[in-house]
Amino acid sequence: MRHLLSAADLDRPTAIQVLDTAAQMAATQAREIKKLPTLRGKTVVNLFFEDSTRTRISFETAAKRLSADVINFAAKGSSVSKGESLKDTAQTLQAMGADAVVIRHPASGAPHSLAHCGWVDTSVINAGDGTHQHPTQALLDAFTIRRHLSPGGVRRVGADGDQGVGGGLDGLRVAIVGDILHSRVVRSNVQLLTTLGAEVTLVGPPTLVPIGVEAWPCQTSYDLDGVLATGPDAVMMLRVQRERMGAGGGGFFPSPAEYMHLYGLDARRIARLPEHSIVMHPGPMNRGLEISADAADSPRSVIVEQVANGVAVRMAVLYLVLAGVPTGDAAPAAGSADAKGAAR
Amino acid sequence: MSSGPGVPTDGTGVGDADGSIRSDESTLVLGDGDIARALTRIAHEILERNRGAMDVVLLGIPTRGLPLARRLGQRLAAAEPGIDAARIIGSLDVTMHRDDLHRQPTRAIGATVLPPGGINDKVVVLVDDVLFSGRTIRAALDAISDLGRPSAVQLAVLVDRGHRELPIRADYVGKNLPTSLSERVRVLVSEIDGEDAVTIQGGHR
Repeated sequence: MRHLLSAADLDRPTAIQVLDTAAQMAATQAREIKKLPTLRGKTVVNLFFEDSTRTRISFETAAKRLSADVINFAAKGSSVSKGESLKDTAQTLQAMGADAVVIRHPASGAPHSLAHCGWVDTSVINAGDGTHQHPTQALLDAFTIRRHLSPGGVRRVGADGDQGVGGGLDGLRVAIVGDILHSRVVRSNVQLLTTLGAEVTLVGPPTLVPIGVEAWPCQTSYDLDGVLATGPDAVMMLRVQRERMGAGGGGFFPSPAEYMHLYGLDARRIARLPEHSIVMHPGPMNRGLEISADAADSPRSVIVEQVANGVAVRMAVLYLVLAGVPTGDAAPAAGSADAKGAAR
Repeated sequence: MSSGPGVPTDGTGVGDADGSIRSDESTLVLGDGDIARALTRIAHEILERNRGAMDVVLLGIPTRGLPLARRLGQRLAAAEPGIDAARIIGSLDVTMHRDDLHRQPTRAIGATVLPPGGINDKVVVLVDDVLFSGRTIRAALDAISDLGRPSAVQLAVLVDRGHRELPIRADYVGKNLPTSLSERVRVLVSEIDGEDAVTIQGGHR
C-alpha cells in the first residue's frame, strides 16, 4: 500500500488485511510496554489545514507507538496564513525528510493532488478532505463493528473470542443517520462497509441527503423510526456539521428541537433496538442534537472504544504504508515467511 | 548436537529421508520419522538441561515455529507428570522488531499469545524451524524484553543451516545442515503444509 486516499481504493482482501493488522496492533496496546520499534527512523508529518482533536492525536499516538518521529503542522500560525500554497508547504516538509504525510484539508481532493501531482514522493494518508473521504475513520468503524458483531448479527462475547480476524461484515445491517450531505465519514463508510459485505441504510432529512445518492451502493430513507423498527445491527449517528451550514443553520432544518425529535437518538429510540445492536458516533458529538446524553453514555454505546480502536487502525495503516520496500513493489513478493533460503 | 551424514542414503525406518529428488526438484533431507525423533530428543534435552519442565515456557515463532513448539510441549507433557502442554505454549511474533522491514515486501503481522502464567522468571525456550542469519532470533530477544523478564532464554531449532550474521547459537538443534548461501532450505509441517519434511533446493552440491 503506497497511499491511503479513499475507502474506494481498498478491495476486500486489502481491507481485511488492514483490519487484521489493526487487531494485532490493538493486542500490543494492551501490554505494559506499548511502544514498538517498527518504524524507527521514519518521519510522519501531520499536515492539518482543518481543526481536529481525535484524528490528529490518534495519528500522532499511532506514529509514536511505532517509534516514528512525528512533526505536527497546523495551518493556523504557519506560513499558510501568509499565502503559501499547498505545493510549497508540502515540498518544504519533504525537504525536511518526511516519509509519510497525513493530511486533513477543507478542499475535497487535496490529498489526491498531493499524492499524484508529482510535487513530493512521500506516502500520503488522507485524514479527511472536505466532504469527500475519511478512510481511516471508516476503517476504525468497520474494525469496531467486527469486534462486536459476527456475521449474522450475533454479539461476540468478551475479549477472548476470535474478534472476527480474517472475516468481513457479511450480512450485517448498518444504519447511518444524520447529516449525510456534509459527511465525508459516510462516503468512506458506505464504500468500505459495502466492500466488506454489510448492508448500509442512510437516514436523514431530505435537505441533508445529497443529490445523486441513489448511485451509492446503499438504501436511503427519511424515516428514522421506520429504519430502527427493522432492527439494524449497528446505528451510526453523524454529527450535524453546523460549521458547514452557514449562518442560522442555512435552512437545512427548521430548528434543533425538531431535528432532535425526528432524527436524534435518545433513550426512547435505543430501547426499541435489538438486544445486540451497538451505537456509534465518529465524534465530536453534539449532545442534545443528534444524540442525547443518555444515549451517548448508554451501555450500547461504543463511542469511546471507537477512539481507542482508531489508534490501532492508524498504527496498521502507517505500518502497511511505511514498512516494506520503500517503492512498494520493487522486490518480488515471494512468500515472505517461507523465504528462509536464497531470497535475501 | 545431532550427527550423521548430510543426506542419509541408508534410511530404513518409517518416514526416513532417502535423499530422493522430489517433484519440485528439491532434495529430501529429513522425513517425518526423522523430524519426530529429533523433536523427541530435543524435548528430553530440554528436560535434562532444566531439570524438569516446571519453569519452562515454549514460545514458537510463527509461522512454522508454532506447530513445532506445540509438538515439543506435548512431548514434555508426556515425559513429565504434572505438566499441562496448553499452559506452557505461547507464540511470539517478531515482525515488528525485525531490522529488515524496509528491505522486504510488507510482512503480515502474526499473533503474540503468552501462556497463562506469563514469562517473568520462567525459562523461555524459543522454537523456530530454521536458524540462518540469526536476525529473527535477535528480533525475538527484543520482543521478549518488551514482554517481561525471563530468568533465561534458550533456543531450539529444527535445522541449523549456518551462515550466522550475529553472535547467536542454538541450545537445541534437530539437525545441523551445512548449506551454501545459494541453497534454499524449506521446513514443511503437517499442520500447515500437509506433510512433515525438510527439503533443500538449488545450489551446487
